[in-house]
Amino acid sequence: MATTVLFFLFAGLAIGCALSMVYHRNPLYSAVSLVGVFIALSCIYVTLAAPFIAAVQILIYAGAIMVLVVFVIMLLNLDEEKPLNRLRYLYSIGGFLGIILMAQTFFIFIAVNKAPKKPIVADESVGKTMSIGANMYTEYLLPVEIVGILLLMAIIGGVILARRFSQPELRLVVNNELDKRNESEEKDDYRIAL
Amino acid sequence: MEPSLSTYLALSGILFTIGAVGVIFKRNAIGMFMCIELMLNAVNLTFVAFSRYYEDVTGQLFVFMVMSVAAAEAAVGLGIIIAFFRNRQSVDVDDASILRN
Repeated sequence: MATTVLFFLFAGLAIGCALSMVYHRNPLYSAVSLVGVFIALSCIYVTLAAPFIAAVQILIYAGAIMVLVVFVIMLLNLDEEKPLNRLRYLYSIGGFLGIILMAQTFFIFIAVNKAPKKPIVADESVGKTMSIGANMYTEYLLPVEIVGILLLMAIIGGVILARRFSQPELRLVVNNELDKRNESEEKDDYRIAL
Repeated sequence: MEPSLSTYLALSGILFTIGAVGVIFKRNAIGMFMCIELMLNAVNLTFVAFSRYYEDVTGQLFVFMVMSVAAAEAAVGLGIIIAFFRNRQSVDVDDASILRN
């Protein structure tokens, strides 16, 4: 009973916050609404007996990603979005896509309701941090390694994208790079690493 | 009414729909970015719901992977947005039209 009440409370909160995120034109209001969605979803994960994922949801999404987004909004000093005037047909396309997706959702809802019900036998070990960690470093070691490489690539990409050269600096860097190429006689390789 | 698997899937579908429609409606790149995060979260909810239903920890592990990809996406995506703002003084995606001509 308590699970039911909590689920519908937080589901309503999540949907309301998501709608307010799409509705608001000020990006900061959208960001705060998105934090609300993340917190509501984290509470739903608790009702689904996944406390580790709930904690990680708060830490990574609400704690790290949204802080980064809010920093960028503050840094860029964004104004409110201009009202839509020429791309009005996007509204109809968006509405049409939304209706199709909602129809699919309700089809899933009906299809899953027709499927044979399986009684939920609470297995206490699933979702605990220990079982997740044990699986992560034995059976799913390769995906974890791949994710590590992906994060490394993201770090390098972020540094390169955020770097800014003034014009003389840029020329200096390019000339240095060309000199290095000439010395090592790799004349076939025209790529210039910036 | 005890929430069953289909209830969680319905919630996830609604959130995904809101995110997908938001990507189309939003004009600035940061708004679109946040809508993509919302869609990723909707998918995470289905993973956790199925993990609960089948009592298999694999779903929750892949939620972890999705979160890592979202973090990497945040780093690179926001870097691109800042670089774009530096060149154009705006984050409106309609200004990103240099390839059109």
